[in-house]
Formats: sequence, structure tokens, C-alpha cells
Amino acid sequence: MDSCKTQLYKCEPKNTQEYFSRFRIPSGCAIFGIMDEAGTAFSGSSVIDGISLMRERSNGLGGGFAAYGIYPQYEDDWAFHILYDDKEAKSQAEDELGKSFKVLFSEEIPTRKVIGVEDPPILYRYFLKSASSLPSRKDNVNGADGEARSRTREEDYIVDFVMRVNRGITGAYIISSGKNMGIFKGVGYPEDIGNFFRLEQYRGHLWTSHGRFPTNSVGWWGGAHPFGLLDWSVVHNGEISSYGTNKRFVSGFGYECTLSTDTEVITYLFDLIARKQKVDLELIHMILAAPLWDEIERMPEDIKQAARALRILYGSALLNGPFSIIVGSNEFMYALNDRIKLRPMTAARKDDRLYVASEEAPLRLVCPSPDYVWRPGGGEPVIGRIKRAGKKEGHKAGAAVKQQDKGK
Amino acid sequence: MALKLTESEFEIERDPDKCISCQVCVRQCSNDVHDFDSDDDIIISDSQKCVGCHRCESMCPTGALKIKEREAQFKTNANWSAHHLHNLYKQADAGGVMLTGMGSDKPYPIYWDHILFNASQVTNPSIDPLREPMEIKTFIGKKSQELKFDNTGEEEKGFSIKLNTRLSPQLELSTPIMFSAMSYGSISFNACRSLAAASSGFGTYYNTGEGGLHRDLYKYAGNTIVQVASGRFGVDADYLNRGAAVEIKIGQGAKPGIGGHLPGEKVTRDISNTRMIPQGTDAISPAPHHDIYSIEDLSQLIHALKEATRWKKPVGVKVSAVHNIAPIASGIVRAGADFVTIDGLRGGTGAAPQAIRDNVGIPIELAVASVDERLREEGIRHRASILIAGSIRSSSDVIKAIALGADAVYIGTAALIVMGCHLCQKCYTGKCNWGIATQDPYLTKRLNPEIGTRRLLNLLRAWSLEIKEMLGGAGINAIESLRGNREHLRGVSISDRELSILGIKHAGEPW
Amino acid sequence: MKRIYINEEYCLGCRLCEIYCQVKHSKSKKMIKAFKKELSDVLPRVLVEEIGYNSFAIQCRHCADAPCVDACISGAMVKNENTGVVTCDEEKCVGCWSCIMVCPYGVIKRDLSSRKIASKCDLCEDEDIPVCVKNCPNEALKFGEIKDGGLTGSKKDVWSK
Repeated sequence: MDSCKTQLYKCEPKNTQEYFSRFRIPSGCAIFGIMDEAGTAFSGSSVIDGISLMRERSNGLGGGFAAYGIYPQYEDDWAFHILYDDKEAKSQAEDELGKSFKVLFSEEIPTRKVIGVEDPPILYRYFLKSASSLPSRKDNVNGADGEARSRTREEDYIVDFVMRVNRGITGAYIISSGKNMGIFKGVGYPEDIGNFFRLEQYRGHLWTSHGRFPTNSVGWWGGAHPFGLLDWSVVHNGEISSYGTNKRFVSGFGYECTLSTDTEVITYLFDLIARKQKVDLELIHMILAAPLWDEIERMPEDIKQAARALRILYGSALLNGPFSIIVGSNEFMYALNDRIKLRPMTAARKDDRLYVASEEAPLRLVCPSPDYVWRPGGGEPVIGRIKRAGKKEGHKAGAAVKQQDKGK
Repeated sequence: MALKLTESEFEIERDPDKCISCQVCVRQCSNDVHDFDSDDDIIISDSQKCVGCHRCESMCPTGALKIKEREAQFKTNANWSAHHLHNLYKQADAGGVMLTGMGSDKPYPIYWDHILFNASQVTNPSIDPLREPMEIKTFIGKKSQELKFDNTGEEEKGFSIKLNTRLSPQLELSTPIMFSAMSYGSISFNACRSLAAASSGFGTYYNTGEGGLHRDLYKYAGNTIVQVASGRFGVDADYLNRGAAVEIKIGQGAKPGIGGHLPGEKVTRDISNTRMIPQGTDAISPAPHHDIYSIEDLSQLIHALKEATRWKKPVGVKVSAVHNIAPIASGIVRAGADFVTIDGLRGGTGAAPQAIRDNVGIPIELAVASVDERLREEGIRHRASILIAGSIRSSSDVIKAIALGADAVYIGTAALIVMGCHLCQKCYTGKCNWGIATQDPYLTKRLNPEIGTRRLLNLLRAWSLEIKEMLGGAGINAIESLRGNREHLRGVSISDRELSILGIKHAGEPW
Repeated sequence: MKRIYINEEYCLGCRLCEIYCQVKHSKSKKMIKAFKKELSDVLPRVLVEEIGYNSFAIQCRHCADAPCVDACISGAMVKNENTGVVTCDEEKCVGCWSCIMVCPYGVIKRDLSSRKIASKCDLCEDEDIPVCVKNCPNEALKFGEIKDGGLTGSKKDVWSK
């Protein structure tokens, strides 16, 4: 891949964040996710098998995985995966980390040599505890309310820290910043990236994966999917034609989109709507893939008023254009298509496992005889939740505003 | 009497082979340009009086008339153009403020014509609006609540949800186009009726302007935005509560900084009743509202109007686009307005001093871009809707306006043109041959509201279809995804500075 | 029966209705030729009445119980049983003007161009809409039937229900 083929432009390194951020890259691609709702961990090899079956959908310019429940020994600590272009960037970033956190443990992320995965950057992971010098408020941290407030403050602080480092330190990029989870991604076919990071050796209860087909040859590792912030991870197949509007909307709440990929804005929308504004997960599809006004008119009165209000207030958060996304977090896996279903997505269930993919074939490969398989409609979410002891069984897939037919 | 220096601006060409002396032109011209000579059986035209409204040309059954602007009658002079000479001659004769009507005709840059829109290909399918849903429904009002819900259903019974918050009052528009403020008095009652009926028929709104609300238009009150201008004409509790929304008029684009003026001759009994002023008196709106000398006064008035309407109607503010429009708009939003209307340099009027119309204010394209940007930066963009006006000439202007950040647009001149206006700019004389800017009953008959309404509905329908086509072409199926989406705009042939104020890239630059 | 209804609120007094009526009943049926060559021979069948700024165009009402038909001594004035249109058969008319004297609307005129004939509106039977209605620039004339309290058969557009 000779990046200096055309003499029109000066040859310049195309594998930097700076170069990457200049171009908006629509995502083609493949997505795949598996969740065990009982919380039972499983190896990453099934995800790698699944995503490799969809090799045709990628072009080798990006692949990645998000894995949850993989660091049980550091369950309550922040796990940061950071990539560095050079040692200078690493030392700057580690300075910052030292100021704000207590670094419990850090190491290079273990990898193996794989043909097809060239020139990796420095890949490090850190396990951190918030330093006692975190800004603490006047009110006492007593009771559930106080606890929730302090947790939110801490999360806001992490978001702020991540944005500062990603914008401010050249050559350093925090790929994931959650607890007991991690994102592994780079330039290469996803199955090769999976091998590179030795993901078959990890065990987690939720895995998502992505293979890219970008339309220009930009080879920056940080640009692959999933995109992560806190414990959110987003894999995305599609192009958001409302990107400019969504970007302006989230920037009014303090989220700066620096990467010019649509996936970034989807992550920020989720963080804003689900975490900060605490909108129920069941309602999020009514914002991101809002039903048509005609459909709203035909809904029962209560739901109609709710759908109307959500659409009026969150009009600038509507994701327009084709997409299928899988959002992961420590508590759930959430998959959604755009409201007129311009991208494929199939889901399946067997026992405690929920599977979502761009095609049915990888589902069948990994789970040969599912209990049921279905294709969610446009704007119909697929939600998998961790079952807690004593709680009723998690939602059957999809909010029941539209009933899907099972076993199709 | 001294020699008159002013000369005719127009030439009337009458083809003698086609003229049948039917005298329609004689009867239809309110400026007495044409005269029938019965001895010689021909019609003689006095071009000195012609204002270039084209009424006779349109009415002539054989097409015998051609009204042309008189070309270079002076020695060519790039600096002292004919326009300047004419103005000086007129002022020498009359010694007063030169009035004019409609919007500025000066060749200031038109940014709409330097902005190009996007379309989707390959990576993102475009959408066919005739076969797939394409939504242009728009809501105007404050959108800053935190929604609270009750989860009322058990999981087995199915999903159920109840909204616990009451939304701020909203206007629901079936298309992002409304009719601009034009007062009864500046335009005829038939024109007002056409605007009201068309708004009601299509599902959008029109604005009363500062003329008050005529009793016969009460049936359209649900589609009426009532205006509270500095003269407070027609304003009482009933007026405020009848309309669907209230707009405080601080200024208008054609004449920033000054108020309206309706000469006493035009204040007929009907207008006197509607405006609540004595018949035959001049209706002069003062330049400022004399109870709004600062932003906190505005906040007080907004809240007073909200109290008067029991907090059930959106209350907004209309201002002209001037140099400081961004902080002014920010102040208005923080003062509690539910919407801000910005009227640009090229906005129209029934009467304004020519010097102010042509030299004061800024183009609306730049104003909306900078206001949207400022409100977003301050994190208050969702507290008010932005409406813009000031020469929206086509559906592509509407699309570009929304992509720059507007929620909806107001059209004034376009609506009048559709009803017959030919932009002769003589509205202030009250002799509008098309029955629009006049109160003379002989002339107002000429605007049949049935025809006027039909034409306005056609305009709304045509533009709405075109908007849907353009949205679909860009791969968008809901207009809220276009608002402020500057990624879909590119500039062409404009400077870097202008690009940066508009907040758009240049054509040829990808994402 | 479809009739012409007058909307005097919007009559401009432009008299284009008269002009088109003249052209319709001319020999050449072309406006310029009719006016330049035939003017003295062609009478309009519709008349515009005007006082101040009020005006309207009026033509034969094709009365259900037409006095002119009763008064006609030669049987030239006939009301067609099917269409309801009252026409004057020019071959039979002897120019006695009895119809003019009894017409309550004054819409019959004396045509002295060749033989003496009574001239009046014939509802443009060979046109789908009478030319005065079609060419009125402000829709002050309407053509249709009154049914269920409204006028049907008039100009339809995309907005009418």
C-alpha cells in the first residue's frame, strides 16, 4: 500500500490522528455481538470466528473488539487502554495519569505477531484508582443519592480527562476508559486483530466486534471501531447524514467531536441521553430512531404523548441515514437499526445467550441451533441485560412498542 | 414654475398593429398613464407617470404593451449612476425623505447564491420522497425541559409509559414556511384574508404585523401569530389570547431602528377599528418600544405577555439583523423568549426611507449563521427556536437557511409576488394596481381572495415538495436532521472570512 | 342547468368579458382582426354596469319562465327544453324589439349591422365554459349549478374537497 503513489500531494504520514481527523470516513462494514445474560464469561474465540465469516464486508483497514468482564481482578478500578505513536507521547500521558490517578498496575498489552497487522503503535493498559485529590463537593457522600452523585461526578471527570488527553497530547489516544472492560482495535482484518491481541485467551460475558471498509486509505489505529468512552463501546455500520446536526447538539452539552467519524457522535449521544439525562433504555430508540409522525398518530394515547414529546425535544438527536449499531456497556448490549432499515441486522437467542450480527451466517456458525432467530425492524431495538438474582428475566428482545415476530 | 428635472423611469411601447383600443389599460392604471383619444381613436400613454407595475401589460388582451426600464439616458458613469441622479432630482423638487417600498434592490452579495447543497451517493442511499416517508413537520417553541416518565406497564402486559412533564407551548407547522408579518393597513384586507386562509388550509401560520387582527379574520385565529409592536395597535387581552402565538416586534429588516408609518389618508374606518386609533390620524409607531429601553425591560414584557396568555402560547421577539445580532439574540433567549425572529437586510416593507432600507442592517445568511453558532456555544440553543426572514426567494433558500441553523422561515415578498406584486416599489403611494398595498376599494377588488388563497397554497405545496426532494437527495428523511447540519453546505466563490462566518467549507473539500 | 353567476365583489370593470364576447361572435374569431376590421359589426352580449367603484357584468339570465319567449311575435326566441338555454333564431327575428321591452334585466340589444336582429347571450353552447367566464381575470363570473348550497361545476383545483 504505497501511500505516495500519487504525486499530487506531499507524502505525509497517514497513520496519525491528525491526518485521520481531517477526513470524514463513512463506515461500511460488519458488526457482531454476543452477550451472556447470566453473566457467564466465555472466550473471545467465538466472536473472532463469527466476524471472520464476514470478511467480505471489510477491506482490512480496520477491525476491533470490545470485551466486558475481562478484568475481574480489577473489577472496581478504571481500566484504560491507550495507544501511543512514540515514547514521548507515552511519557507525557503517564505524567497526566500520575497527577489524577493512582496507577495500580500498567503493562504493554500482550500481542503476537500476525501477518496482515503491520506497524502497531505502542499499546499499553493501566489500572487506576481515582486520586484523593479529585474535586469533592460540599455535600456528604452518604446514602444512595450521595453515592450516585459522586459516581456521576467521577464519571464526568473521566470523560473530561479522556477528552483532554485525546485532544491535547499529540500521539496519545485513550481507546477505552471503562471498568472491567477493554477495547482492542487496529488496522487490519478483525480476525487478524483478534489474533494479534490474543483475544482467545480472554473471557468476558459480552463481546462486540467490527470490521471496517473505509473509503480512503487512512491507516490510523485509533480510527477503527469500536469507539469507546467510559464503559460505552459502539460498533457501527452506516453513515449518519444528520452528523452535522448531532455534532452541534452534543457540543452544546460539552462533547467535542474531534475525530470526524459518525461513531464518535453516537457514543456521545448515548452518554448524554442514557447516562447524564437518565432517559430509560426502553425509550432511547424513540429518540435515535424516532417513529414517523404518522405512526405516532396511531399509537395509544399515553405512548403517543411520550413519543411526541421525545421527538419534539430531541429532534437534533435523531440519527438520520442508514445505520446498524451495537452499543455495549457493563450492564447491557443494545443494538438498533435506522428507522427505515437501510442496513442489515439479524439477532438470535439461545438459553442465556443473545447474538446480533450483520448477517445470519455468523450467528449460525457460532450458535448452530438457536431457540429463535429474527430480523429486527427499523427502529426496533434489541436489548440484552444482565440478570440479577431475584430480578425477573430480562426483557425479551425489543421494546414492545413494535412487536417482532419470533422464530422467523 | 421651474423646469422639472425628474424624468420617466419607464418607457411604454405600444404596438399599433396589435392595439385594439379596448381601453382595458386606461381603466386599469391607477396612475392615469393611459388616455383614450376618441377623435383619433387611439390611446396615448404618458410614461412620466408610469411606475412599472406591469398591470396594463398583464391585462392587455392582445399583448400590445411592453413596459421597459428606460436605459442609460445619461452619459455612462459608473459612479454617478442614473439611480443617484434620479434621487437627487427628486429631492431637489420635494425636499423630503425619499420613501420606497419592498426590500432593498442594491447589489449586495447574496450568500444563498454562493452556497451549494449536498446529495448522497454510494455510501449512503438517497431517498425518493414520492415513495418513502419524508417528514418536514416542524415545531416552534422552547425545547429545554427535562422529561420525566412513569413506567406504568408490567413487562408481561407490554410496554407502557406515561409522560409526567408538560411541554412548553409549541406551534406545529406542516412545513417550515410561514407567512411574514404584513399589517392590515400596509396591505389590503383581501390580501390578509388570502394569507390567513392559505395558512389555515395548509397547516402553517401567518403574522398580523402591527395592524391588529380584523374581526372577519377571527375564524383563522388558530393559525395567526399576533404581533405586539411599538405602537401597540390593536393590542388587548382578547387579541393576545386569540392568536396562536405572540411576537414582540422590536425591529424589521427593511428599516432597522425606526418604526412604522401609515399615513392618515389610509386610516379608513375599518383600519381605525382594527388598530384602535381614531380615523384619519397618522398611525406612527415609535422607533423603540417606550417601555423597553434595556434587556431587562424586554424580559419584563415577555413575562407580562405570558401571564396575560396564561403561559399557554409561545411568546417570541422579532429583531432586525444588525451588526451585534449574536449577543442581542443571546440576550433575547435568556430573557425568556420562546422564539427569536431575525429579519435581514433585504426584508420588505410597505414604506421606508430609501436611505435606511438600502444601507442599514446585514444579510440574513450571515446573521443566522452567527446567531446559531453563538447560541450553541453558550449552550442555550434549545431554549428558543430561530425564525428568519429577509428575502427567501425559493425552496433552495429555505433548505440552506435550515442547514445554517434556522428552525423555520418567514416569507413576505415571495407571498406578495405570488398574489400579483411586480415589485414596482411604490407601495407607500397606496395606489397598488394589483390590489395588494392599497385601501382604495376600487383597487382592492382586484385581489380576489379565492384566487389569492389558491395561489398561496400552490406556493406552499410546490416549495414543500421541492424541499422534500432535496432532503431525500441528501439521504435525510426528517427535517430535524438538517437543522444546523452545515456539513451539507459548501461555499463557492466567497472569501475565507465569509466561509468562516457562515461556518461552512468550500466546495471541493470533503468531510 | 348550468348558469352564469355573478360575483360583483371582484368585478374590476375592465370589460374584458365584453371584448371576448365580441371576438367569439365575430366572423374571424381572432381578436385583432375582429377589432380592426369588423368592430362596427360585432356586439358584445354581456354588459358591464358601473357606479363608482362598484361594477358587475350581466348577460341574459336564461330565465326559467322567459318573458322574451312569450313576447316574441315571430317565434325566434326559443327556450331549449333540454339545455334550458334561450336563443334567438336570427333567420326568424323580424326586429320588432318586443323582447327588449319585456326583458326585466335589459340584456337584449338591437343589432343594426345588417338586418335588424335582437342580440343576446347564447351561453356559448359550443364551448365547455362561456368565454366571458373563462377570460374574466378576477373570477368575478362563475359557471355552474347550485347544488346542496354550493356551486358545482365551477373551477376545480387541488384544494377543493
